[in-house]
Amino acid sequence: MTHTTSHGSTDLQLPRSVRVELTVNGQPKQLELDPRVSLLDALREHLHLTGTKKGCDHGQCGACTVLVGGKRLNSCLSLAVMHDGDEVTTIESLGTPDDLHPMQAAFVECDGFQCGYCTPGQIMSALGTLDELERGIPSHVTADLNTVEYSDDEVRERMSGNICRCAAYPNIVRAVRSVHEGGQE
Amino acid sequence: MSKFDSPAGINPLDQEKVLARPHARKEGPLKVTGQATYAYEYSADPDLQGTTYGYLVGAGVARGQVTSVDCSVAEAMPGVLLVLTHENMPAQGASDTPVPQEDDATPQMRSAEVDYYHQAVAFVVAETFEQARAAAGALVIEYDNRTAEGDYVLAEVMEDAEKAGSDEESKDQQVGDFAGAFRRADVQLDVTYTTPYQSHAMLEPHASLAVWDEAGEELTLYTSNQMVHWVHRGISKTLNVPQKNIRIVSRYIGGGFGSKLMFYGDAVLSAVAARTLGRPVKCALTRPQIFNHTSHRPATVQRIRFGADGDGRIHAIGHDSYSGNLPGGSAETASHQTKLLYAGENRLVRQRLSELHLPPGGSMRAPGEAVGMLALECAVDELAEKLEMDPIELRVLNDIGYDPEKGPERPFSSRRLADCLRRGAEEFGWEQRSAQPGERRDGEWLIGLGVASAFRGNLVKPSSATLRLEKGGKITVETQMTDIGTGSYTILGQTAAEMLGLTLDDVEVRLGDSEFPKSSGSGGSWGANSAGTGVYYAAEELRKKIAKAAGYDPKKAVFKDGEVWEDNKCTLLGVVAAKAPEPLEATVNATFGDLNKQYAQASFGAHFCEVGVHRVTGEIRVRRMLSVAAAGRIFNPVTARSQCLGGMTMGVGAALMEELHVDGELGLFINHDMAEYHVPVHADIPDLDVIFLEELDDKSSPLKGKGVGELGICGVGAAVANAIYNASGVRIRDYPLTVDKILAGWASRSGSQGR
Repeated sequence: MTHTTSHGSTDLQLPRSVRVELTVNGQPKQLELDPRVSLLDALREHLHLTGTKKGCDHGQCGACTVLVGGKRLNSCLSLAVMHDGDEVTTIESLGTPDDLHPMQAAFVECDGFQCGYCTPGQIMSALGTLDELERGIPSHVTADLNTVEYSDDEVRERMSGNICRCAAYPNIVRAVRSVHEGGQE
Repeated sequence: MSKFDSPAGINPLDQEKVLARPHARKEGPLKVTGQATYAYEYSADPDLQGTTYGYLVGAGVARGQVTSVDCSVAEAMPGVLLVLTHENMPAQGASDTPVPQEDDATPQMRSAEVDYYHQAVAFVVAETFEQARAAAGALVIEYDNRTAEGDYVLAEVMEDAEKAGSDEESKDQQVGDFAGAFRRADVQLDVTYTTPYQSHAMLEPHASLAVWDEAGEELTLYTSNQMVHWVHRGISKTLNVPQKNIRIVSRYIGGGFGSKLMFYGDAVLSAVAARTLGRPVKCALTRPQIFNHTSHRPATVQRIRFGADGDGRIHAIGHDSYSGNLPGGSAETASHQTKLLYAGENRLVRQRLSELHLPPGGSMRAPGEAVGMLALECAVDELAEKLEMDPIELRVLNDIGYDPEKGPERPFSSRRLADCLRRGAEEFGWEQRSAQPGERRDGEWLIGLGVASAFRGNLVKPSSATLRLEKGGKITVETQMTDIGTGSYTILGQTAAEMLGLTLDDVEVRLGDSEFPKSSGSGGSWGANSAGTGVYYAAEELRKKIAKAAGYDPKKAVFKDGEVWEDNKCTLLGVVAAKAPEPLEATVNATFGDLNKQYAQASFGAHFCEVGVHRVTGEIRVRRMLSVAAAGRIFNPVTARSQCLGGMTMGVGAALMEELHVDGELGLFINHDMAEYHVPVHADIPDLDVIFLEELDDKSSPLKGKGVGELGICGVGAAVANAIYNASGVRIRDYPLTVDKILAGWASRSGSQGR
C-alpha cells in the first residue's frame, strides 16, 4: 500500500516581506517581515526579545502572553502584520533582575514558578487579569455582573489559559493576591 | 574521589544555618524578567547572528518504508538551504533499537524504515523559520505503508508478554507460597486496574542549537536536556565525533519530567545540518510532534491480589504489571513498589513486557510508582472496605520496617509512613469521612475523602563538582548538574554556603555545561542528594586547602561568618584568597557504596484529598488536598514544597484527565497537542497543603536527605480516586476518572441510591 504525505501549498505568491511598525515596550520598531511571521516570532527571532516564550505555537498554553494595547493576547496566534501601529508590552519592559516589578518580585517571593518557562506569560497574564478586574470585566465565575471584585477564584478562572506543568498554581495565585493587596494599600 | 559508604556522622551541614532553610530561587530574578536563556534562545547572541532554522518532518505512517522523497519543489523555495533525508544523511553510530537512548547512539533517519509515527523522515533547513516550515510542507513523501502489520493495543498483545528484564526494578519477586496463601485467606481481593499512556507535556519544547567551529571538528550544542553527561556521550556516539570535541550547554530547561533524559531529532539533526552547512542551525520540535516523536509514559494493565485474615493482616500480596514498548524499549515497572511497601509473607510481584509499535515509551516522573501506586493504593482502599476497616488503620497494621523479601537484616534506612498517615489524618480532619459512600453532601455536591500512601525509591548516582575560592572571598560552584525547575541552583548554593560558613549570596552556582565536572544530572529524584554530595565532598576538600593556606590545622578549622577559624584566631576568606599564590579550588567525584543494598531506602508520605462529585452531572472537583512527606532532610522547604505541589497536581491530572488516546488503526497518539491532551490548569487546582515531617537519613547521603521531586505524584491520584469513590459510590478501575465513567457507574447500579 502506497501512502503519500504532503501538507503545504507550493504556489505561494505572497510578498516576500511587509513593512511593520510596532511600538514595543515604548520603543518604536520598524521591521521588514515575512507576512507569515507571528507576533511571537517577531519578538523572539527578529527583535531578540526572548523573554516571551513559545510553548505550543497554537494558543493552547499561554507561554507567549503579551499585552497589546494593554490587553492580554496569545502572541503566537496573531501575525505580526496584523499589529502594524500597535503597542506591544512584553516581560522585558517590567523590571530587571536588580530592580523587579512588584509582580515579578511577588513571583520570586512566593515561588510562583519552577522551570520558569511559562513564567513571563503567567506574569503578563496576571497583570492583564488584575487590570480586567479593575475595569469591571466579568468572568465565568463572577457571581454578580455588577460587582466585579478580586477573588482567588477569579484569578484561577482568568489565568487558566496559562498552563504551568510544574504546577506552581497555588503559589502563582498567592503572588497575584499579594500584588492585588499591595495595590489596595 | 570520595565514597559515601558508611552512615554520615555529624558534619557542618547539621548546623542548618543556610541549608534546610527557606530561600527564594537563586535564578529567580532571571526567570521572572525573561533573561534566563533556554536552548533555542542563544541565537540572539551577536556571535550567532545568521543562525538558520531547522524543521523536522515526522513520518506520516506508523510502520513501513519511505519509498521516495521528492524534494524538488521544496529545494527551490525561497531561503531553503538543505533538505536531509535518509538518502543524504552522513554515517552515524549504530543502534539496534529505534528507541531513543539516554547516553548512546540514537541515529536519526538511519534507513528508509519507519518504526513509529512521527519518527524523523526529513529535516529542512532555511534562512527563516517560516521558510523552513513551508518547505517541509512541500516535501512529497511516499511510503510503503505497513501500519496494518503493527500492534498498537496493549490488551491485544498481553498474552504473549515476556519477563520485563533482570534489573532491580524489573525482576520478579516470589516469596513463600502466594497461590496457597491467597486461596486460604479469609478475605480475598482480586482486581485489575488500567492506566493510560501519558505525556510529560513540559512547557518548553525539545530544542537544540548546534554551532560548529570553522573546520567542522568541534561542536557546541545548546540543548534542553536533563542529563548533560548522557547527551554528551550519546551525541558523540551518534555523530562519531570524540566527546572532547563536543560541548553541551543546558543551563535552563523548561521542564523535563523525564522526557529530556533522552535526546531526539532536534539535537541530532541540528548538529548534522549545521556541520553540513557550516552555519549554526536551531530546531525546536513543534508541539504536535512532541507527543509522538519523543517519549511518553507507557500504559499499564495491573492485576492486584490481596489475601488477608479477618483482622486485616495481609498474608498474600500479588501485583502483576503489563506494559508494552518498541523492540529494545523497557517496561513501565508499575509493580516495583509492591515489593517493599506492605507486609505479607507470601508475595508474587511480576513485570511483563509486550512488543508494541507505538512511539517509544520512556520515563516520566516517577516511572513505575506513579502509575503503580494509582492501582495499588486503590486496591488497598477496596480491601479496607471488604474488611470493614479504616483504610489508614489497614495501612498502619501492614506497615513494615524492613524489606519484606530480605527480612529484618535489610531494614529501611528510615520509614515514617505511619507517622505521615497519622499526622495527615489529624491535620486533614479524616474523622469527617463517612465509611459509607455517598453520605456527605454540600448542596448539589456529594463530598468524599480519600487517602493513599506515598512511596518513592531513593536513588543516588555518582556526582562531581568543582568549588573555587574567588579573589573576593566568594565561592563558585561548577558542575554539569542541571536545574529543571527542581531548585538545583539554590540548594547546591546552600550546601556550599553551609560548608564554608558563607551566605547563599556569597556563592555563585554554574550548571548545565559539559565543561564542568560530570554530575548525576536530574532524574529519578536522585539529583539533589547526589549532586549535593558532590558539592559536599568538594567543599570538604576546599576547606582543607583554605585552612592550610591560612596556616591553620585543617582538622581544627571552623568556617563561619565568612571567616576560617582555629581556636581564637581567624582570617577572612577574602584575605586567604588574596594571599594564595594560586587559586584555591577542589574538584571531587562523589560515589556511593552499598548502603542502599544494606538498607532499603525510600521516601514516604501520605496523600489526602477531598472531592466534590456533582450529583446530577457527575462533574468532579478537587476541593482540598494535603500531602505529608518524610524525605529525610528537606534542603529547602520552599523549593521542596513546590516540587510536591507539582507532583500532587500532576497526580490530579493522572486521576482525572490525562490520557493519550491510541488510534489503533493509524498506530499513533491522536490527541497530540495541549488542547486535546488535558493537563490541570489554574481552575482545577485549589490551594494545596504540604507538611514535611522532620527526618534525617544518615544512610542516604552526607546531606541526610532523600528524593522528594517525585514523591508528590506517587499515590496522590489514588487518593483522588478513593475520594471519588467515597463521594459517589462508583469505583472506577480504568484511569482517568472522567465524568462519563461516573455516570455509567451510576446508571449500572441498581437502585441508584446515594445520589
